[in-house]
Amino acid sequence: MTQKLGSFPGGLKLNGQKKRSTQVAIRKMPLSKKLILPLQQHIGEASTPIVAVGDKVLKGQKIAKAEGHVSVPLHAPSSGTITAIDEQPIPHPSGLSALCITIETDGEDEWIKRQPISDFTQLSEHEIRQLIREAGIVGLGGAGFPSFIKLNPSVHHSVETLIINGVECEPYITCDDMIMRERAEGILDGIEIMCFALHVKECVIAIEDNKPEAISAIELALGARPHLQDTKVVVIPTRYPTGSEKQLIQVVTGKQVPSRGLPIDIGIVSHNIGTTYAIGRAIKHGEPLISRIVTVTGREVKHAGNFETLFGTPMHELLAFCGTERQAEEPFILGGPMMGYNLSGDHLPVTKTANCILVGVDDGAKSSTPLPCIRCGECAVACPVSLLPQQLYWYSRAKDLDKANEYNLFDCIECGCCSYVCPSEIPLVHYFRFAKTEIMNQQQEHAKADVARIRHENRLERLELEQQEKELRQQQRKAALAATQAAKAKQAAELAAESPTTDSQETQ
Amino acid sequence: MPLSRLSSPFLAGTNRVTLQMLQLLAALIPAVIAIVYFFGPSVIINITLAVVVALLAEALMLWLRQRPLKPFLTDGSAIVTAVLFAIAIPPLAPWWLTVIGILFAIIFAKHLYGGLGYNPFNPAMIAYVLLLISFPLEMTTWLPVSSLSEQPLDISAAFQFIFNGQLASSIDAVSGATPLDAMKTQIGLNQIPVHIFQEPVFGLWGGKGWEWINVWLAVGGVFLLYRRVISWHIPVAMLAGLSAISLVTWLIAPEMTASPLFHLFSGGTMLGAFFIATDPVTASTTIKGKLVFGAGVGLLTYIIRVWGGYPDGVAFAVLIMNMLVPLIDYYTQPRVYGALNK
Repeated sequence: MTQKLGSFPGGLKLNGQKKRSTQVAIRKMPLSKKLILPLQQHIGEASTPIVAVGDKVLKGQKIAKAEGHVSVPLHAPSSGTITAIDEQPIPHPSGLSALCITIETDGEDEWIKRQPISDFTQLSEHEIRQLIREAGIVGLGGAGFPSFIKLNPSVHHSVETLIINGVECEPYITCDDMIMRERAEGILDGIEIMCFALHVKECVIAIEDNKPEAISAIELALGARPHLQDTKVVVIPTRYPTGSEKQLIQVVTGKQVPSRGLPIDIGIVSHNIGTTYAIGRAIKHGEPLISRIVTVTGREVKHAGNFETLFGTPMHELLAFCGTERQAEEPFILGGPMMGYNLSGDHLPVTKTANCILVGVDDGAKSSTPLPCIRCGECAVACPVSLLPQQLYWYSRAKDLDKANEYNLFDCIECGCCSYVCPSEIPLVHYFRFAKTEIMNQQQEHAKADVARIRHENRLERLELEQQEKELRQQQRKAALAATQAAKAKQAAELAAESPTTDSQETQ
Repeated sequence: MPLSRLSSPFLAGTNRVTLQMLQLLAALIPAVIAIVYFFGPSVIINITLAVVVALLAEALMLWLRQRPLKPFLTDGSAIVTAVLFAIAIPPLAPWWLTVIGILFAIIFAKHLYGGLGYNPFNPAMIAYVLLLISFPLEMTTWLPVSSLSEQPLDISAAFQFIFNGQLASSIDAVSGATPLDAMKTQIGLNQIPVHIFQEPVFGLWGGKGWEWINVWLAVGGVFLLYRRVISWHIPVAMLAGLSAISLVTWLIAPEMTASPLFHLFSGGTMLGAFFIATDPVTASTTIKGKLVFGAGVGLLTYIIRVWGGYPDGVAFAVLIMNMLVPLIDYYTQPRVYGALNK
């Protein structure tokens, strides 16, 4: 593959703020007394509990099974007792509650019997995918899409390139950087497995040039694996949002994923670095996904760094462990400062998609009231998708949703570049999220209305049919009645004709 | 908690509307100094008067429309409109001309359309054109360049003229044709541009004084480009459009048309290219659209200058192109990532 890189329009050069959390190696977060595990930590159907309150579970034991195709199971991150299966607050932008399994840990941290696979090439691709699914692995970059699906190209596609996304373009977040520096071998294990499962030779590990330590760590490890000769590290310029899947594909291959299509449509599959590592652990060590690396950083965090954290660990324990003093007004962000979301409180559990907890953003958010849009077009210049945010804003604000849709609202990746550059300090992305939700609601309403209409029409048809049948039966009955009466009359007439005497006698 | 802190992004750049407006004003300083140098200090009086009236009108309209005063009075947009207008009108325009113009710009062209960000037409140009049509005499009465008049106007004489309509007795000639005007009249009289250039109102390659004011406006424009307050598309397209059409006609009929250089550095060319046509609110916002918009302004400026009824065409050209902006923007949408055709 040629090393000539493509590029996308717009984007931003941001102050990475990465050094804050890369000064110390990855540390292990101490075991929490209570682990709260939401049943839905991935995109798709929530998993279904297969344990009951009071059950003892071991570390790595499956406690909820996948429900439907787009779903993965959930495992106990440590040994202990199930104390509750109920609604608990979960990390979500709107502060929702959802069904969670709560484990009171016993401190033993006793593993279930693991089944490491030393030679995965003995397995079929299907078996590997099943193992990855059973290990509960989802995209750890933030979206949480079940990984086994992205390892299953349908018969219509062939995969040419596997892209491992080690870009991590959002400021502050360093969990992928640190995992590359410290666990390069595990990442390469994952790459071998994925290449095997996808029948793909060419693999690109994309890393931004602001992570020289990670680049050299991966290259060093790669040098010791001659059979991964078609796997290359591609160093790409640091620019936000290069880590976004579609933009990364454009930079690495120069190709664009078709609108509303998938990377597989152009022969590309991409996985996050953390996910890749998790796949390696799952196959080679038989460990299901029960923990992840979480970056805890920000102005208010005294000992910022990266922490290997069991799922379900309450965030406030993590924050306390890092010596965080959070001001009441300070946004408490899950994810990065550009695309993360503000959490309602810190008594929420760490989940599979929790890559970063950010307390205290430097040169923080705009605080004044926005001015009107002056149509300067800076947003359009910054947009990595070549949208016209000024037009989208205009139509979103006017609730002209059809127009907003026509201006490709749904191609917006919500990267936040437009809001960042807006001189009128308009929270553009906020408007776009709102408009998207409105349109989706409308479409759902339409769909519902369509169903209702069809049912109504069917009902009318049914009623009419019934009516017709009724009338038909009535007519038949009438006809039958008339026939019998006619027959009776005829009979009577015949009788009368046959024996007039009898008749006269009777009438006497 | 403000709306902007509810959801991502939680980071913000340093770009601000007010900052852009202030930089735009700063970029006008060299040109204003040049105007003072060539036409006397009266432009300072006009600017001051225009700014005061603009701010009062803005405050009145904000109050009537029940909008907050502070953010909008301090955004700088009214001041920019006022200063651009004051620079565009003749230095010795009577006070009521400035007042009418500014009131019309702020009240009608800006606030009745919805205020900052919603006006389809450039307020300063709307006011300029209104006055040009209503008061053609006052709007085309320019002082001769100071070096041409026997006794340059000082600040008190200018003050007296603007507010009293009287000149100190020692000064006689107030009205002089502008170079664009002279060129048009003389060509109409079948004079050849090379000969016309012998007249005292002409300088090295444009009008005397005007050419340098245009140079300093261009310098200010380059500063705006450097500071990224404006993008290069509109000024370059406008100057290219104007150069192209004037070059073609000049090559075909040099005895009947002025050189491209003359057009580039006369009248309101540079003011239009860098400060008027680039007004983000009223210009096209797509990249391709900006090029079309700029080129249109350039072509129309030339057409109006040469074949129209007015000596300069920048204001009309900008307004006509303002009208076309929705159309241009609609047909110049960029190709979105992953779009299948187009």
